[in-house]
Amino acid sequence: MSFETQLLQYIIAGLTLGSVYAIVALGFSMVYNASKVINFAQGEFVMLGGLVTIFLYGKIHLPLILSMMATTVIVTFIGILIERFTIAPANVGGMDREKVVVILIMITIGVSEFLKGGAMLLWGKDPLGLPTFSGEKPIVFWKASFNPQIIWVVGITLLVVILIKFFLSHTLLGKAMRGCSDNQTLARLMGIDIKWMSMVSFALSAASGSVGGILITPITLMTFDGGLMLGLKGFCAGVIGGFGNVLGSIVGGFVLGLLESLGAGLISSSYKDAIAFLILLLILRFRPTGILGAKTITRT
Amino acid sequence: MSRYRGVLILFVITMIFPLFVKSHYHLNIMIFIGLYTILALGLTLLLGHAGQVSLGQACFYGIGAYVSGIATVKFGMNPWLALPIAIAITSILAFFIGYSTLHLKGLYLAMATLGVGIIFNILFVELKDLTGGAIGLMDIPSLSIGGIKLDTDLKFYCFVWLIVLFIFFLTINLVNSRVGRGMRAIQGNEMAANCIGIDSFKYKIKVFVLSGAMAGLSGFLYAHFINFLSPSVFDFSFSILFLTMTIVGGRESIWGAFYGAALLTILPEVLRRYEDLNVMIWGLILVVVLIFFNRGIAGGLDILVKKLESRFGKKGEWRGGQ
Repeated sequence: MSFETQLLQYIIAGLTLGSVYAIVALGFSMVYNASKVINFAQGEFVMLGGLVTIFLYGKIHLPLILSMMATTVIVTFIGILIERFTIAPANVGGMDREKVVVILIMITIGVSEFLKGGAMLLWGKDPLGLPTFSGEKPIVFWKASFNPQIIWVVGITLLVVILIKFFLSHTLLGKAMRGCSDNQTLARLMGIDIKWMSMVSFALSAASGSVGGILITPITLMTFDGGLMLGLKGFCAGVIGGFGNVLGSIVGGFVLGLLESLGAGLISSSYKDAIAFLILLLILRFRPTGILGAKTITRT
Repeated sequence: MSRYRGVLILFVITMIFPLFVKSHYHLNIMIFIGLYTILALGLTLLLGHAGQVSLGQACFYGIGAYVSGIATVKFGMNPWLALPIAIAITSILAFFIGYSTLHLKGLYLAMATLGVGIIFNILFVELKDLTGGAIGLMDIPSLSIGGIKLDTDLKFYCFVWLIVLFIFFLTINLVNSRVGRGMRAIQGNEMAANCIGIDSFKYKIKVFVLSGAMAGLSGFLYAHFINFLSPSVFDFSFSILFLTMTIVGGRESIWGAFYGAALLTILPEVLRRYEDLNVMIWGLILVVVLIFFNRGIAGGLDILVKKLESRFGKKGEWRGGQ
């Protein structure tokens, strides 16, 4: 295989990975915008997306497309339950907002452990897979061959992004969410119910996370702890692009996916997982607002 | 003297314990409680007194262990010479992470420690020539003090707990000093603290470096107790475990570190038969404690003691105003 073909292969793999990171980063962004909480259970939504589909398709024998839709509904519902039962009761007013946020973030870490443990009991420790959406026959493009699933991954990711972008800028609910992210107190004075927004943001981020999981499982398989790394890297992607910024999540996701894939192919595959976190540290050190983040950042 | 009452009580308990319990198994558990108490104490100071979260404490623990392990095994160094190196490296790393992130408002320290933790865990696996990779680093020598080799569980137990008690003693002095009052002021209201001349950035860095050094010390002790290192006990899930210990124990009181370390070390042993349930139970405990008993075990005990005191009409000070 010539170098160019190889490079193309890496880029295609990078775009696929990047799509999933972007979708996860998007989920982080939405929750962060509505409540300033970093939801560490985000990766678990991805894991659930994959594993619930596997259950519905493999055990209940629903058609693939129906299993995927049902899964998104189920995971969204789980996201709502999590918000109602763990975030809402602890999301009290009166205390210093920053301290509440620290508590909420640690709660999401607990929720993430809980979901991971539950998934291990239900699905076991072995990796499970799904069939690709449109056959296994590889598509050959410029001498590089790739899995047709990749088109689905990138396509649906872009669709999700467009839908969410539309939701945020053209619907009342979306505008209210943006108001929340700008200034919570002002948003409340305008009659926006902050707690309701928190729930909607969890529902949306669970939905998008589960879509990410459904898309990637046919390519990479899924295990009970598969959400951890995807979640953390999606988080890195969010920071790289500018946390809380929808467009930033996408840019960050693709940048990270490409760098990781190229780094693994051209430098060393054993340090593949370190690349994302190294970029995270560099961004935090030199441009904490991310590539597309706001120009200002609050210093204490 | 009343502020040291807790240390005294703990001293008596831990020194009487081996008189009644001699099994290796129970001494081992107690040693681990000691090691984790040191670690959790650093996190308690960071979380409870500086309001910052570290998601990479297992990495400092691992660096402390590996630096000393590599220095003694690969370079034939005396462990006591390796100790200052291990602590210096963890402190310097903590300083750099803190220096880059603590001047920003928000949870940037948490993000950076998360990244550093995962990178170092990968290094522990991949730098095979130094760390032994996934197979592990073997034959780390035991410690010896003045010709006495700390090679039995009982000797190491006494040694570890004397260190733990000494660190508690130092920490009590620290939280009751100018620095400790400064930290509490920052935790109370950062802006107000800044206004009265407390440099919150400097204080936060100091606390974070201290917590890193404590984790490094704990790792050093671990390496020379177990005599074998493998990367899997320094990964992200352990950082979460240490954070859970701190929160469940109670992040506002330094004794919370001990309660949390004890509970989360003993519980998996009790639930050994249901090993697969562990992860789920951790998550559940963490969530429940955070929602309903925000102040953890230490906070709960505090309320209990106050209630008892008011019932019996006794006005006393509980553990030196902790």
